[in-house]
Order: sequence, then C-alpha cells, then structure tokens
Amino acid sequence: MMPIGHYLFLSLALLLIGSFGVIARRNVIIVLMSIELILNAVNINLVAFSRYYGEVAGQVFALFIIADAAAEAAVGLGIMIAFFRNRETVLADEMDLLKW
Amino acid sequence: MLDRVIFFSFAGIAVISALLMVTRRNAIHSAICLITTLLATAGIFLQLRAEFLFISQIIVYVGGIMVLFIFVIMLVRLDVPLPRVRSRWRQWAAFFVALAVFLEAAVVLLMARKTPGQGLLILNPAAADKLPPNTEDLAKSLFGTYLLPFEIASILLLVAMVGAVVMAKKRTDAP
Repeated sequence: MMPIGHYLFLSLALLLIGSFGVIARRNVIIVLMSIELILNAVNINLVAFSRYYGEVAGQVFALFIIADAAAEAAVGLGIMIAFFRNRETVLADEMDLLKW
Repeated sequence: MLDRVIFFSFAGIAVISALLMVTRRNAIHSAICLITTLLATAGIFLQLRAEFLFISQIIVYVGGIMVLFIFVIMLVRLDVPLPRVRSRWRQWAAFFVALAVFLEAAVVLLMARKTPGQGLLILNPAAADKLPPNTEDLAKSLFGTYLLPFEIASILLLVAMVGAVVMAKKRTDAP
C-alpha cells in the first residue's frame, strides 16, 4: 500500500497550482476554475485520510465539499453573467466598481 | 508495485493537466484540461477505495459543474484568446507565494517522516487494510451521524440555485 505522504504531496501540488491560478490569472472564469481545483485537492486529502484510518467520515465530508463546489460554481457564474451583461468584460483588472 | 504504477500515472496526469489549466490563454482549453484533472482525481479516489465518491466526482464535477463552465464560456464569447497584457509582476508574485507554501509544507512533511512518533504521518497500520467496499457504510454515516449537515447542504443548494437564477436573470425593469 502506498504511504500517505504521496497523496498529501499530490494534494499539495494541486492546491499550489490552484492558488497560482487564483493569483496570476486575470480571466475570472479561470479564477473560478482554479478554486474548483483547490477544493478538489482538499477532497484528495480527506479521502486519503479516510482510507488510512478505515473510517468513512472523510468521504462524507468530501461529498459535502462537492456539494459546496457546485453551489459556489452556480453562484459565481451567475454573478459573472450579470457582470458581463453590465460591463462587457470578464477581466479581474477591470472589475473596479468597488474600488475607491 | 501495481499500486505505485496506478498512483503515479494518475497523479502525473492530474498535475500536468492542472499546470496546463492555469497556463492556457484560451478558456475552453483550460476547461478541457481541468476536466482531465478531475477525471484523474476520480481515478485516485477509486484507488483509495471510495467508489461512491469516484462516480459522484464524475457525475457532479465533470457532468455538471464543468458543463456549466463551458456553457458560460461560450455564452460570454471567451472561446477566443484574450489579448495579452504584460502583467509580469503578478505572475512572479503568484509563483513565489506558491513556492514558499510548497517549501514550508514539504519541510513539515519530511520532518514528520524523519522523527516518527511525533509527526502527522503516523497511522495505525492495522486499520489501513480494513476498509471494505463501503458505499453502504457511507450511506449509513451520511443519513445517520451526519443527517443534520446533509439537510443544511440541501438548503445551501436551494439557496445557491435561487441566487444563481436571480443573478443571471435579465432585469425587465432596468432604469
């Protein structure tokens, strides 16, 4: 059986790639996709620990995280469509209505 | 041995397509790469004996969320690459943040491996091979111990659905 460190490193790598995308990209849709990637990395951690402790609680939490990701994607994309209708842009740099 | 081959092939696919996802300029290509990452993650769930999560990852993430993303990308006409703007400092900042966090976590994990008995990698090896096919256990846990969070999640999904409809609806009484 694989040592758990491998799964933790995989999850860490996906988390960091996702946070790179959140910080570096200007396209809001790709930022949202990077957030999905981060949530997915968390799921890998939960499932790995669930497997190694022989408990199913981690899988239950991973299911909740999937539901949460679905809700977040729906609301985020709804906000994005409303914003695109008003301002005709999806770039994070140009979303400065609340900037003082 | 077979475990290793399966894990490293799925992990390699996941990490490489995640890297492609954050670097492609065309949003549709990014979405396709993210779908590949999610499918590889589903394979890793299967290797970890989480059958129900494997199938719900494919159905919910790939079949639901990513289709929604692709719909929106095509709706706002992002399937052509955006003009390139020089914002190098932001990419360097993101790179250094990611590198710093990676080094920190890698040091913690390696230290934990070097000093057994105090680290976080110490697990009971007897429990490790005692997870039978467990969809039934998952259902019992979900509808027993975690019934209240389950109901709260359903309310969350309802609220998100109403919110998304309200956000995306065209206002008819716009001034």
